[in-house]
Formats: sequence, C-alpha cells, structure tokens
Amino acid sequence: MNYEAVIGLEVHVQIKTRSKMFTRVASGYGHEPNTLTDPVVLALPGVLPVMNKAALDAVIKAGLMLGCEIAPVCKWDRKQYFYPDSPKNYQISQYDQPICLGGAVEIELPGSARNVMGEHKSIPLTRIHLEEDVGKLNHGATDSLIDFNRAGTPLMEIVSEPALRSADEAFAYLTALRAIMVQGGISDCDMEKGQLRCDANISIRPVGQTTLGTKVELKNLNSISFVRDGIAHEIKRQMAVLARGGTIVQETRDYDGQTGASQSLRSKEMAHDYRYFPDPDLMPVQVDQAWKERLRAGCPELPFDRQRRYFTDFQLPYTLTSVLVWDRALAEYFEAAACAAGNDKAQAVGNWIVNDLLRELGQAGLALADSKVRPEQLAELVRLVDTGVLLTGAAKEVFVEMFATGEAPAAVARRRGLEAAPTDAGALEQWCREAIAGNDKARAEFKSGKDSAINAFKGPVMKAAKGKADPKAVDATLRRLLAGD
Amino acid sequence: MAAEIHYQTIATLAARLAAGELSAVELMQAVIDRTRAVDDRVRAFNSRDEADALAQAAASDARRSAGEAMGPLDGIPVALKDVIAVEGQPLTASSRMLADFVSPYDATVVKKLRQAGAVLWGRLNLDEFAMGSSTENSAFGATHNPWDLSRVPGGSSGGSAAALAAGEAIATLGSDTGGSIRQPAAFCGVVGLKPSYGLVSRYGLIAFASSLDQVGPFTRTVEDAAMLLQVLAGHDPLDSTSFTAEIPDYRAAVCAGPRSRRLGIPKEYFGAGLDPEVAAAVRAAIAFYAAQGWEIQEVSLPHTEFCLDTYYIIATAEASSNLARYDGIRYGHRSQSAGDVTELYEKSRAEGFGAEVKRRIILGTYVLSSGYYDAYYRRAQQVRTLIRSDFLRAYEQVDALLTPTSPMPAFRHGEKADPLAMYLCDIYTIGVNLAGLPAISIPGGFTQAGLPIGLQLIGRPFREAELLATARNYEQAHDWHQRRPNL
Repeated sequence: MNYEAVIGLEVHVQIKTRSKMFTRVASGYGHEPNTLTDPVVLALPGVLPVMNKAALDAVIKAGLMLGCEIAPVCKWDRKQYFYPDSPKNYQISQYDQPICLGGAVEIELPGSARNVMGEHKSIPLTRIHLEEDVGKLNHGATDSLIDFNRAGTPLMEIVSEPALRSADEAFAYLTALRAIMVQGGISDCDMEKGQLRCDANISIRPVGQTTLGTKVELKNLNSISFVRDGIAHEIKRQMAVLARGGTIVQETRDYDGQTGASQSLRSKEMAHDYRYFPDPDLMPVQVDQAWKERLRAGCPELPFDRQRRYFTDFQLPYTLTSVLVWDRALAEYFEAAACAAGNDKAQAVGNWIVNDLLRELGQAGLALADSKVRPEQLAELVRLVDTGVLLTGAAKEVFVEMFATGEAPAAVARRRGLEAAPTDAGALEQWCREAIAGNDKARAEFKSGKDSAINAFKGPVMKAAKGKADPKAVDATLRRLLAGD
Repeated sequence: MAAEIHYQTIATLAARLAAGELSAVELMQAVIDRTRAVDDRVRAFNSRDEADALAQAAASDARRSAGEAMGPLDGIPVALKDVIAVEGQPLTASSRMLADFVSPYDATVVKKLRQAGAVLWGRLNLDEFAMGSSTENSAFGATHNPWDLSRVPGGSSGGSAAALAAGEAIATLGSDTGGSIRQPAAFCGVVGLKPSYGLVSRYGLIAFASSLDQVGPFTRTVEDAAMLLQVLAGHDPLDSTSFTAEIPDYRAAVCAGPRSRRLGIPKEYFGAGLDPEVAAAVRAAIAFYAAQGWEIQEVSLPHTEFCLDTYYIIATAEASSNLARYDGIRYGHRSQSAGDVTELYEKSRAEGFGAEVKRRIILGTYVLSSGYYDAYYRRAQQVRTLIRSDFLRAYEQVDALLTPTSPMPAFRHGEKADPLAMYLCDIYTIGVNLAGLPAISIPGGFTQAGLPIGLQLIGRPFREAELLATARNYEQAHDWHQRRPNL
C-alpha cells in the first residue's frame, strides 16, 4: 500500500521587544541567570500583569503579513499547569479567541536544479496567538536550577493546518516563515537562542484516505535541518511500524539531531486539562481598523512577492532573485542601486551584488550595513562599464578598491589609471591589421561565413592594447578591415 | 472629656498635628502603648515594627518642622491587613505558606500612603488568604472582638476592624472580596468602605479573587474614610483593571452633603435568618432618613438568591488559579520531606495551606475543569451580569440602597464550624462585589448585649462621594461611632 505523510507544525517565535510581555523588566538572551526578573516575573504575592503593547503590535503585524484575519478584541486566558519553569503555575495565553485566525505561508519546494525555480504551495494556518515564555530548567546530578530570564518573554505560537506532506515541505515552510518574521522585524528567529522553536505533529495514512492517522508529536527540533531530518526519520519509522503489522501509538517523541534517532518521551493517552479561563487581571484590548492600518503600513513586501516583482520589473534571472529576496536589507540595497542605475541595468547591478559585493563582505566578515560601497556608487560603476569608460576587468579592480575605501568609482579609476584608452583610431587599425595578418586560418573561416571566427583576432588586439581597447570599437574595426580584405 | 489620643479621628489628629499640639512621635507612641496594653487580648496584629513606625513618625515631625508636611495624613498611623505588600516587612496572608515571607516591594496603596506621609504601622491578622468571615482561619490564631473577647471580629479583615475598635491604630486598611471589610466593620462598630471595583489599585494586594478584590479603609468616621480614600483612589498603570477617571475631592463632597435624596430598600435583603435586633436597627435608620425628607422606595434585586452560589463559583475559580503560585519552589513554605517535584508541590501545599483555603482551591479547580466549565464558571458569569443589572435597574429609581451589613451581630468563636453557615454571613455583602459597586458599613446601633450593629449603604459605581455623604448624614445624627469598647 502507498502511504502519504500528514504534517502540521507548531512554531513558537519569541517577539523582539525591549521589555517582557506583562512587565517592564528587559527581555534578552545570554545574561547572568535570574537577572532579567522582577516581582512580576517571579510571581511574588500581590503582583499584576500589564500588557506590553509592542508585543501585540508585533503579532498583529505578523498576522497581517501572513494574511490572517485579526480578531477585533485581544483577549487573555490562563493556561493552568504546575511546572517549576512556570512561576505562576499558569501561563497567560490565548485560548478560544486567538488574535490571528487563518492566513497562509507560501513555500517553494526544491527545483530540479539549483537554478530552476521549484513548485510553489500555500500552506494554510489555523491560528496565531500570543503568550508568555517560561523559564529554563537546568538539571544537575542531584538538583535542578531554574533561570527565569526567559520567563515572560513575549512568544507567539503559529499553528499550521496539517497541510504539509513531506520533510522538504516542512523545511520550506520554516525557511519561508523565518524569513517573513525576520524581514518584518518581529523576531531574529535564532534557533540556537530558542527564538524560533518547532514541534511537529506527524501521521501517515494510505493515499486517498481523507481521515487522519494517529499522530506523533516530535519535540526538540532545534534547527531547521533537524526539523527536516526528524520528520523524514519519523515518517520512515511509522511506515516501518505499519509494514510489520504494528500500530502507531499517540505519543510525544524526542528527536536527537546528532544521532538521528528518536525516543518516546510520554504517551498522550491522558489529555492534560489546562482549566483555561479568562484572565481577570487583564482587560480585553480592542483592535480597531486604524490600529491595523497603521501596522499594515509598516509591513514589508513578502519574499515571494518581491521575487515575482523582480521577474517582471527587472527581468532578473531566478538565481539572482533567489539570493536577493531572502535578505530584506540586500533586496533594498539592490532596489536602491537598480533605481539609480536604471531598470535596464538591474541585472548588471544584481550580478555585482551577488558576485562581488557578497564575496567581499564575506571575505571581510562584514554585514551589508557595514559596506562602504553605497548603492548609488555601485550604480555609477555599472554606468561607467556600460559607457565603455571602464572595461570589465578594470571595473573589478575598481570595485575592490571602492569596497576598501568607500571612494567613488570614477575617482578610483582616475587615480589608478584604469580608464579605457581614448579611441586612437590609427593605433587600433594597426593592431587589427597585424592580428588579421597573423592568423590566416581564422581569416579563411570568417570569409567562408563562420562569424565567430572573428573572436580569434580580438585576443591579440586586446593584448596589444594592454586591455584598454573598447571591445565595440575593436569588433567594428575588424569587420571593416575583413570586409575590405 | 476629650478622647484619648489613640481613639481620636484622622480629622482631629491632623488638625492637632498641624497646630503643633501633638507630635507624630507622641501620637505613634500613644498607639504603641495602647497596642502593648491590649493586643495580648485582642490579637489583631501578626507583626509590628515599633522602631520602624517611630522612625517614620520622627521623619514626619522633621518634615512638618521644615514646613514640608505632605498633607492631612502626614504622621497618622495606619495599620495594614497582612495581604498588602510593604517593602522590607513580613507579608504572610496569615498563612503558614508565607510565614517567613518578607516583601521586597511596596503595594501601590502603600506607595500612596508613604507619599501622603502616613506612618505604616503593623501587619493585621485575617482569615488565611482572606478566606473566611471570622478571622478564625488564621494560621497564627484567632483575633478577638474588642466589644466581647469571646466573639469573633468578623472577617476576613478581622484584625483591621478589631485593631481600630481597640485603639491600636488611627485607621487601617483591609480588603473586601465578598464583604471582608464591611462585615468586620459592622461586628466591631467602625466604618468600613469597599470602593467600586477598579477605584483603588490592587497591585501589591495578595490576590484572592481578582475580579472581586478591592482594598479599602477602616476608620472611625465617614469623614476619615473620605480622607483616606482620597489618598488610595486613582489610576495605577500597574493594574490593568484600575479605573482612569478623575478623582473628586471626597472630603469636600462629604461635608457638602448628599445631592440627591432617594433611598432604596431592597426587599430581598430582609429575609429569613435576619437577626431581629439588626432588623430593628435598619428599620430605625430607614425611619431616620424618611424623617430627614428622603424619599424611601422598596426596590427589588430579583437575582439576590443566586449571589452566594455565583460568588462561590467565581471566587473559588479565581482563587484556585491565583494561589497556584504558592508551590514551595521560589519562596514560601517548602516541605522538607518531598522526594520529587510532584511530591514537593503536594506536600508543600498540604502543609502550607489551612483547611478553608484547601476547600476553596479544590472547589475552584473543580468548577474550571474541562466538562464543567460551561455548567459552572460560564453560567456564574452570566448570572453575575444579571445581578449587576438588578442593581443598575434599581438605580434608575433611587440613588443609594440601605441594607443590613450582616444578618447577625458578632458570633462566638467556634460557633459557625459548618462552612456553609459561615458563608451565609456574607449574603448581604457579596452582591456588591459581584456588581463592582461601592458600599460602606457604618455603626447603626447596638444589641441589648452591647454588640455593634452595622448598616450598609450601597452606591452607584464610582460615586463614592455621594455614598459617603449619604452615610455621613446618618452618622452626624447618631453617636454610635463615638462609643468605645470596655477593654
């Protein structure tokens, strides 16, 4: 029998705000344990939560970017369970009225080759809600320590429909979702810092069946690659269980990305009763149209929308777009340079950025924001090449110099004497004659109609010109001489 | 004969302090002396820091002599129910769970009292976590009613009422979730005000039931209540449920007198179980207002019979959640005999909480359980809306309601061992909390046995000024509030 996998992802994203979700103490990572706390974080007797509006702004913005319906009221509930990382022994969350409903994440599956665009799919979302993060337990040999620095950090939970069908789709989903969160300024999504965490619900069923199989929840998937590997492993495991006549048990499993194996954490037969009820300490917050519109105005273009625009506006090839659109700053740099250079030079601009700028940044260990080459300067360099003032080889040298000093390209070219030679028609004609005279074979081939044979003369001409001849002038002179030959 | 210093009012003492007839240190010392003399019998205090109080009083005197007195409360000793956080002072909620807990921060009301120059004085006993009506549910022993030491002072703010009645403070603060200020005020013959829900910040008040709790003053007169409320009231950015409107000048409004004169008598508040002496006192008060030219109307609050059930669902549900934080992990009582974390929770809570607190946590956990939520909690919230609508409908015809505060005067220790009998003490006070209204209990007479009787006046939401003025109208024509227990 043929089986298909059905996968739903629950993704937790920490929201990048200065203070915590319900109190003024700072939010952060990597601080001394228990320094980012206050009476509210520690749930001392008598404290009350006050909502951080910046966190609500962020989740609404995320919802708008993902096409969710935004609830008219932000309502808070208490999710109750006892665990030492949860100071109140309840978590303030959203139960029956999540702030965002519906929406979707557009994904791209791997193409047939690196330079071929893959199939696109839209993965529908169930909901997004806002809650507070818990602390971190560190288990020692005989005791356990708790660090409450993370406790109370604003956290959004993004729940997909069970609409993913493979490990690759899950990988693509997380890649796209992460880019949207980062580009929207909602989170840095650093999985190593726990800023993005993913649990996967996985089941398999015979192809054609519409009901869902028994699901297994996979936890501790702490990189996007581990998510893909863990899901692939779990699908295989479930297939193997069914193949030998077994049944899938509903359970939570822990996947170890290092060893590539998973083990059962607990069976889920006993559903937890969280005794949700509306938090009486927090008033519901009205989210009106003006509020949403203000946030919508701050939403950046989604990566795939940007990519489609680059195809139509700039006729960029897929390979260039697939580098540019996943980094908002890079895309905006490109757009500024392309705008200065003119749309018809956009591909050249893109090539410079992807091939030269990224290489130099990489070698120097710098971020784009540190680049001394401003977009207008790159546009100017492209213009100098286009008008024949700089030849390609010279331009590459100029760029390296610009990158190091931040000088304007024309200034570098002048200082270094890299401009193409002004056309000395007499000298050029002499070099061309010598080149033709030195290669009878190519001359004969050209005469007999093989146009490309003309290229054989160009090398010697360029060599004689020390690389400074204008290729167009060389070509024209050769043709005139060969025609009159 | 002028009253002894420890029995004078805020208004009198403020004037005397301002005139230089008395220093804040002398006042504080008089209160300390009185407390030392009587508290082994009354047992109103959980803890007192005499040196700290005298230092605050000395600072007040220094301010005053520098011409920098901070207002009428500067130098006035105010003692606090032991559920209100004071930085550096114990905060126990009269529970074994918090027996050794010291608060590292000030409640908003404490900040406000400090800014007004009040001298923060002592931690007052209560029913554990404010759950009870007699102050017998305290892990540190019961408080005694100064009018009859064999009787309870009411609860849960029994320490706050008893301390004031015994002259152990000039004013006190309590908290009221279902009558916990008004009923002990009635039992001890003092004024107790429960403000509208949201008027006074709850930040720093140990939560019992978040949607019902309010901090309020115990004072000797209605004018004093107005003076203290002036300091306590107002929006707090640390409490999302706090009210944002402007606060009027309560003392001026109270002295100016009520603007309207229509008094409602809810017929459901005079049912079976009402003590005849209490009923007679309320009838006399009705006659007084009528004689003053007030229009008296009988009104109906038809959902009154559901108040008790509704209250015990909502209050216990919220309490079960609010008290989850007391787990022995970060602070508070931790069992020494636990093997793993689950056992640590179970044993710490089993050892740390008393019987009534456990009863309410269990009840609250049950009503929020999956499958029961709709039948209990959701239903109770719907009934709560109806109860509030009853009051708002009555206020279309009248401006205030007059009722007994408690169906009976103070009872004897141990008399109400059945929890349900104890819950019935609150039948006239809990509707006010469910509806979020302001209400005040004022002295309204004495039984033949010499026990105080309380009258309850209930006002419109956030119209404390009018309510206080109505109460003062009665108070000025009677001398109940000037009588003192024979201790």
